[in-house]
Amino acid sequence: MDMKNLYLLVPLAPLFGAVLSGLFGKMIGRTGAHVVTVLGVAVSLVASVLIFQDVQAGHHFNGAIYTWLESGGLKLEVGFLIDPLTVMMMLVVTFVSLMVHIYTIGYMADDPGYQRFFSYISLFTFSMLMLVMSNNFVQLFFGWEAVGLVSYLLIGFWYTRPTAIYANLKAFLVNRVGDFGFLLGIALIAAYAGSLDYATVFAKRNELAAMTETVTGWPLITAICICLFIGAMGKSAQVPLHVWLPDSMEGPTPISALIHAATMVTAGIFMVTRMSPLFELSDTALSFVLVIGAITALFMGFLGIIQNDIKRVVAYSTLSQLGYMTVALGASAYSVAVFHLMTHAFFKALLFLGAGSVIMGCHHNQDIRYMGGLRKYMPITWLTSLLGSLALIGFPFFSGFYSKDSIIEAVHASTLWGSGFAYFSVVAGVFITAFYSFRMYFLVFHGKERFSKNHHDHHGNQQDEELSADHHHGLAHGEKPHESPWVVTLPLVLLAIPSVVIGFFTIQPMLFGDWFASAVFVDEAKHPAMAVMSEEFHGAAAMALHGMTSLPFMLAMSGIVLSWFFYLKRPDIPAAIQKAVQPIYTLLENKYYFDKFNEVFFSGGARLLGRSLWKGGDQVVIDGIMVNGSARLVGWFARTVRLLQTGRIYQYAFGMIFGVFALLTLWFNRV
Amino acid sequence: MNSYLLSLAIWVPVLGALPVLALGSGRRNMVRWLALAVALAGFAVTLPLYIGFDVHQTGMQYVEQLPWIPRFNLQYMLGVDGISMPFVILNSFITVIVVIAGWDVIEEKQAQYMGAFLIMSGLVNGIFSALDGILFYVFFEASLIPMYIIIGVWGGPNRVYAAIKFFLYTLLGSLLMLVAMIWLFLEAGGSASILDWYRLPIGLTAQILLFIAFMLSFAVKVPMWPVHTWLPDAHVEAPTGGSVVLAAIALKQGAYGFLRFSLPILPDASHYLAPMVITLSLIAVVYIGFVALAQADMKKLVAYSSISHMGFVTLGFFIFNPLGMEGALVQMISHGFVAGAMFLCIGVMYDRMHSRQIADYGGVVNTMPKFAAFFMLFAMANSGLPATSGFVGEFMVVLGAVKFNFWIGFAAATTLILGAAYTLWMYKRVVFGAVANDHVAKLTDINAREFLFLAVLAICVLAMGLYPLPVTEVMHASVDNLLKHVAVSKLP
Repeated sequence: MDMKNLYLLVPLAPLFGAVLSGLFGKMIGRTGAHVVTVLGVAVSLVASVLIFQDVQAGHHFNGAIYTWLESGGLKLEVGFLIDPLTVMMMLVVTFVSLMVHIYTIGYMADDPGYQRFFSYISLFTFSMLMLVMSNNFVQLFFGWEAVGLVSYLLIGFWYTRPTAIYANLKAFLVNRVGDFGFLLGIALIAAYAGSLDYATVFAKRNELAAMTETVTGWPLITAICICLFIGAMGKSAQVPLHVWLPDSMEGPTPISALIHAATMVTAGIFMVTRMSPLFELSDTALSFVLVIGAITALFMGFLGIIQNDIKRVVAYSTLSQLGYMTVALGASAYSVAVFHLMTHAFFKALLFLGAGSVIMGCHHNQDIRYMGGLRKYMPITWLTSLLGSLALIGFPFFSGFYSKDSIIEAVHASTLWGSGFAYFSVVAGVFITAFYSFRMYFLVFHGKERFSKNHHDHHGNQQDEELSADHHHGLAHGEKPHESPWVVTLPLVLLAIPSVVIGFFTIQPMLFGDWFASAVFVDEAKHPAMAVMSEEFHGAAAMALHGMTSLPFMLAMSGIVLSWFFYLKRPDIPAAIQKAVQPIYTLLENKYYFDKFNEVFFSGGARLLGRSLWKGGDQVVIDGIMVNGSARLVGWFARTVRLLQTGRIYQYAFGMIFGVFALLTLWFNRV
Repeated sequence: MNSYLLSLAIWVPVLGALPVLALGSGRRNMVRWLALAVALAGFAVTLPLYIGFDVHQTGMQYVEQLPWIPRFNLQYMLGVDGISMPFVILNSFITVIVVIAGWDVIEEKQAQYMGAFLIMSGLVNGIFSALDGILFYVFFEASLIPMYIIIGVWGGPNRVYAAIKFFLYTLLGSLLMLVAMIWLFLEAGGSASILDWYRLPIGLTAQILLFIAFMLSFAVKVPMWPVHTWLPDAHVEAPTGGSVVLAAIALKQGAYGFLRFSLPILPDASHYLAPMVITLSLIAVVYIGFVALAQADMKKLVAYSSISHMGFVTLGFFIFNPLGMEGALVQMISHGFVAGAMFLCIGVMYDRMHSRQIADYGGVVNTMPKFAAFFMLFAMANSGLPATSGFVGEFMVVLGAVKFNFWIGFAAATTLILGAAYTLWMYKRVVFGAVANDHVAKLTDINAREFLFLAVLAICVLAMGLYPLPVTEVMHASVDNLLKHVAVSKLP
């Protein structure tokens, strides 16, 4: 088959499934819906594997499918760029998507919106593939917004829940703030490079680097990169645009795994990597990236410690890990960022799907304080979750170890402004990650069984009340949790395998080989991190063995031990600590008050401004004074003039005589 | 043969309206089928305009010229270029939609209702194809009458205030335009041909005065801030079909006027006053975006959103680059589909609930899932989501604006946030959520007729979003020509 057709097949197969189950869901039924969508994604995965082999053989592709628009000398096309970076993303997206599709068959089995759900996740897969396969900024933006749309639809999937439809609107709008920057970045590129095609723009990078923005006087390349990165901050949930991600957990768990952990949220990481030829030109932008990523990695990790909702713990861990990837980008270690993106996609999807399995086993209880000892009831879920957690905390030989340790090394080698803080963040983050991950792990799978406490004796705030009324069913008294069906556990197992081994096998080619050489550009003279690491790298096994003696490993171990001690051995200690540091706890509980601030300042402010402009500007000034005012003026004038029309002849005659007299006087006295 | 096409586009619906009116409202079925036949015929005669259009030609095509009032050398002169041709087709297309939308809903005086829309459709085609200034003026003013009647007769409770406000606002605006045209007519040695006016050298002061005279008329129609307040009132009171035509077609006449008159006849004044127009446009985008956020009435909200979107159009014209201008034109066409569809969606709900208040709704998706899906698509298009037509124009204008001046592009791009905020917030309160009350619980999903017109518009919105090239292709030559013309000073 012609390769171009194969490329087309990759996004179109899931689209076909999405359309079929979306528009004809009633006709094809529930089984029909999951068959077509699973098949669509499976075809896409197989095609991706074939393309992967082709790319390995050295065949890259960069070409157009059709011309979307032509205007003002700008030719905008829909086209594909197939290179190692793309094909790696394609594999990750299609593989995780397929796992999630299969898992959904079990997870959503009783849901009335079954076909709709499959349609959405297939549509998501299509959009994400269009995003990563794009060879130009317009299609990138299309995919970017399309995944945002599907995310919006899926967070609000259970549309009768007030929290869900609040969360999806919030997610869309916060993302739009990011997209605002992204669009301006794209517009700057179009204005100064005269093209929106990656290759053409990259070819002009040195010209762009020399320019300044004419109106603002900013260095052009820095302006472009920061604008683009603002887009990434929205999509990849970096502080302060991270606020939507924890709330997105309102969506069904499979999409939390697929969209809000493994793929969509990494779009920003992917995009910056794709733009590495541009970012390399601006140290200012890279420092900005580095610092934002470091803040996210560290401070979002803290929030993971105090969460009690199993999905929110994983969500904050995702935020923190996205911060790690962003830090890697800032350190010019793009391939490391993408490497962590890949390993994270596997183990985080695994953790989310595991969490979903736990939620099913506990009959939709999501509160980890009311779980415990699940190990013996859900053995597969337990074991896979343990593997996922070990990968997440970067236990040597696990995939997460290779990627995370590489990030730490890269930041260590970075010389940019802010790299000191970033290094501290990522190292401290290791301890925090281990602590909250194993806090959750111990509370869920070990210790005493606390199922029966679930009913109506907790839930501090209003939001939780609503949730519990709606879907926190929990186990009835005396009921025991149960392992999930095979469609749920099979994806867990299939995801657990790469979570464990993929780092070991791929670190050498991905980071230190020439796999990304054609896709990622690093200016090694200015940003030597990769070069330094490459010198110190002596094979995957050696790295893991050396890792056992390093500081991050010690930190991770102490995180595990401490969480074991706190939550299994002496459960009274955390409560005591909480009391002792109440102000800090309150700060964390309120998520640093970002939500409050946004609600009052942006949301409330915008509504207030809208109302005052409407009532004050439109109704009082324009309509009241200008429009109706002039109507009143005309009316008043007419009424006044009417007084002159008395109907009395002698008054008219007097008026005429007076007028003639006045005119004659003027006439004779003219100069 | 070709040279009769524009006359057909004008007179088929106008003359076709006569038998519809003659049938009277007693025979409802015959009335509406005949009206549909006329509307379809009116649409059909405009399609050859696109098919036979020469995309490389910069001048007018399908030109017709007959003496009209020989004593004043006024001509019945018609012709279209790449700028006006799409609007003739759009207008005739929307007429079909409007006829279908009024099928069951209009119970009183249906013959007159259909007749008014058909006549208006013909007159509007006249506006977009007239090449004689006075002929344009006649069409421009005449088209007010059917709209005035539509709002005044089939409108809501406050229809008389709204109809008069609409009529006076627009009429007052255009009086100065007539003065300007007469001045040009005399200056051109007794020619009312717009093409002659293009070649007329005019001093800067005169240009500025003429520009303001024209602008008053066009700005009211667009409508631009601060002469926009008639539109929300007119929309709220107008029947659904009236709102659709107002949004999809009527607003475009003002914008079109800028391109047909202000820019080419008065290039120096256009450049001189561009900062003012750009400022007003940005106020429309930002200020009106916030105002839309505060609306409690769905129709008002979409009306304000229309004003905000039209701000993009005037912005695109006055940054004088092809991306901006073509983007503005694309935005005009897209807005025809999207705003039309939004008003139809609100109409669908209004027909069932007899309320347009957001607060009266909630959870419509539970009872009207098919409708909710369509409404979602159009809401997303209204928020400028890529792959819908709403994105294309906004994207092009933002690109053009950033090229022109970063901060102007910056201000314009805020619509990305504001547009999504007011549209989706409304959608959330109306469609999502649990069933809010008994009225919502009793709603029935869209019927086949409603499905038809929403589906047709959905196809238009998606097609234009996925493949806008066929639309922009016809514009290039004319837009380039216009921009070249505007770049040359006409000072004597």
